[in-house]
Amino acid sequence: MMTDGMIETLDRRTFLCGAGGAIVAGLGMYDAALAQDKPPAGWEEAVKKIVGNAKPIEGKVKLDLPEIAENGNTVPFTVAVESPMTEQLHVKSIHIISTGNPQPGVAAFHFTPQSGKAMVSGRLRLARTQEIVSVAELSDGSFHIGRRIVKVTIGGCGG
Amino acid sequence: MSMKPRIKVPDSAKVGDVIEVKTLISHVMETGQRKDREGKIIPRNIIHSFSAAFNGQIVFKADLQAGTSANPYLAFFMKVTGPGKFEFTWVDDSGAKVTETATLNVT
Repeated sequence: MMTDGMIETLDRRTFLCGAGGAIVAGLGMYDAALAQDKPPAGWEEAVKKIVGNAKPIEGKVKLDLPEIAENGNTVPFTVAVESPMTEQLHVKSIHIISTGNPQPGVAAFHFTPQSGKAMVSGRLRLARTQEIVSVAELSDGSFHIGRRIVKVTIGGCGG
Repeated sequence: MSMKPRIKVPDSAKVGDVIEVKTLISHVMETGQRKDREGKIIPRNIIHSFSAAFNGQIVFKADLQAGTSANPYLAFFMKVTGPGKFEFTWVDDSGAKVTETATLNVT
């Protein structure tokens, strides 16, 4: 039976990639290793599921992530959307989507006018260097988007 | 697998304050991508939902997916309307459910 302590000592590459975590000797192996992994599963479809045909607006979603992740297993993030958070105008949901993990979904947060602030902090997993996308849904039917690239330096599924 | 929650709410607050609530729970958040030593896929089991209610009314909810780290940490905000009790709920894919409460004092 696995304990939390054992999880910590497992090689992160194995943790995230399973069989795809073959040793990558150098950059030359990058393409081969990547070909063996499953291609990132439809992050664009994940976004489309949220926004439908609407074109999300850039600028309002503040997505905070480190430029370089020391540990891809746990990368802290904070996402915020400026909003009065009144019954008339509030942020309904903020979604976090990974563009480079085997599975694109990270989390979806749902607010109420009692939230006071449309802001949430959490920790996400990064299989490799990639862009994280955040989509916000407002009560007036508008969609907003923010993005940030996070570099993962230590190993990972192909780097 | 035991899920132990830890909660941090301010010691006290005033009506109108927007307070931050911090939550942490231990859970491996098994993605279903990993294989065991024999090469078999370790089945997925993640906490997929979290909710926070104050005096019986939901103020914040989260749907968690595979990209959320193990031992999920979630910090969110609430506008204070008066004193009361928080109830937090986590549910994972196996159906295991954990609840925790916290009191908010208002000066």
